[in-house]
Amino acid sequence: MITIKNKKNGAGLKQAVEEISGVDVSVCFQCKKCSSGCPVAKLTTSRPSEIMRQLHLGAGNELLESDLVWMCASCETCSARCPMGIDVAAVIDALRKLALARGASKQEGNVPLFNRAFLKTVEIFGRSYEIGMITAYKIGTGKLMNDTEKFPAMLKKGKIALLPPRGGDRKTVKRIFKAYKQNKGAKA
Amino acid sequence: MRYAYYPGCSAESTARDMHQSTLAVAKALGIDLVEPKGWTCCGATAGHQTDRLLAVSLPAANLTKVQDMKLDMMVNCAACYSRMKVANHEIAAHSNIRKGVREALDRDYDGSVKVRHLLEVLLEDVGLPAIKQAVKRPLNGLKVACYYGCLLVRPPKILKFDDAENPTSLDRLVTAMGGTSLEWPSKVECCGGGLSLSRTDVVVELTGSIIDMAASVGADCIAVSCPMCQVNLDLRQQDINKQTGKNYQIPIVYITQLLGLCLGIGPGDLGFDKLMVPASAVLEKVK
Repeated sequence: MITIKNKKNGAGLKQAVEEISGVDVSVCFQCKKCSSGCPVAKLTTSRPSEIMRQLHLGAGNELLESDLVWMCASCETCSARCPMGIDVAAVIDALRKLALARGASKQEGNVPLFNRAFLKTVEIFGRSYEIGMITAYKIGTGKLMNDTEKFPAMLKKGKIALLPPRGGDRKTVKRIFKAYKQNKGAKA
Repeated sequence: MRYAYYPGCSAESTARDMHQSTLAVAKALGIDLVEPKGWTCCGATAGHQTDRLLAVSLPAANLTKVQDMKLDMMVNCAACYSRMKVANHEIAAHSNIRKGVREALDRDYDGSVKVRHLLEVLLEDVGLPAIKQAVKRPLNGLKVACYYGCLLVRPPKILKFDDAENPTSLDRLVTAMGGTSLEWPSKVECCGGGLSLSRTDVVVELTGSIIDMAASVGADCIAVSCPMCQVNLDLRQQDINKQTGKNYQIPIVYITQLLGLCLGIGPGDLGFDKLMVPASAVLEKVK
């Protein structure tokens, strides 16, 4: 069942989501193909079709707390199967961006932390550096020992690189990150 | 046949086996691969979950390098492939995105570099008859579950790769190599992708059902063409076993590793030693 709170937390998100994603939310007619195909819907309390409906009905910032926002694996099955051609995955991406901008990402905070750790290594080295990213991520989560039992075998087999990547055009990547940060500042 | 080969970041770390086998297979089939000098990260899932301009500019930095080489880009990593093609599409379709990229890169790019996946090169440019002819050691009926995952086929309107719901590129290759490609329903199911560290529980759940399905159709191995899929399905089998009490030991091999074996290349030159679940049953069968 979809519940819309009477007292909304902030203005409706529909317009902001449509601006970021370029999607017209109102053409959704609730066939629920997106939710049927969604691989994480069985694990989440909110489903893609419900998010679409809630947006249409004027839901506010409370929608940014939906667990689907950060449990979505970006597999894009929803977008591929939508009979109306709605890019549902782009709607979820837009909700992530709004969640970050409006500080609503604490609930499922590990995904943004992972994304930041990943992009930081790209910004520094021009290419992603897995061990650097994993270390930064683990320090951020405070769970240093998770998964570490796999590292000795991975290192021994050469399944993960110990040293940071070299040879990437770091100058161009730094330019891109600079432009992104300036652009982000202009939007906020 | 000459292509600008974009290896992607995983090729230097968790997908060295993919990289190694890609180079070995290309050499054996007379495909000339040239790496664009100074190639950089495509931004992957973290990029597009964070910012649209970032998600388009990072691939574009590589596409412009390939444009200067006057070659088509060839990609093996499904995630990089998807990001490159989406970036091309976004730049060609939206003038404001093109403008943003121009400012970020300090050069204009129109989105016109042709991006091909290795499977497209193998099937369309080399062709199955030539591959069949080059096979020295056939797969001898090896039962292969071909797994495509998400980003080889989605978004279908932009990637236009094979059939988005029932792709057969890997299956056709496996058949040409003398293997048995299995009918199974998990070809384009998601493995959890980039959630491997941040939501391991989700990845164990999703890879668990894929591995379970492969086991139930009697697969000797799962063939993949994406580093994220390979690592998730390979590395997480011990977590799946721990959680469910099962004892799955299904090798997750790159299609290039299988093809390399068939072309007579030694397993050591194809990165077989790097797999977490050993592929000894596969190596035993293809001798």
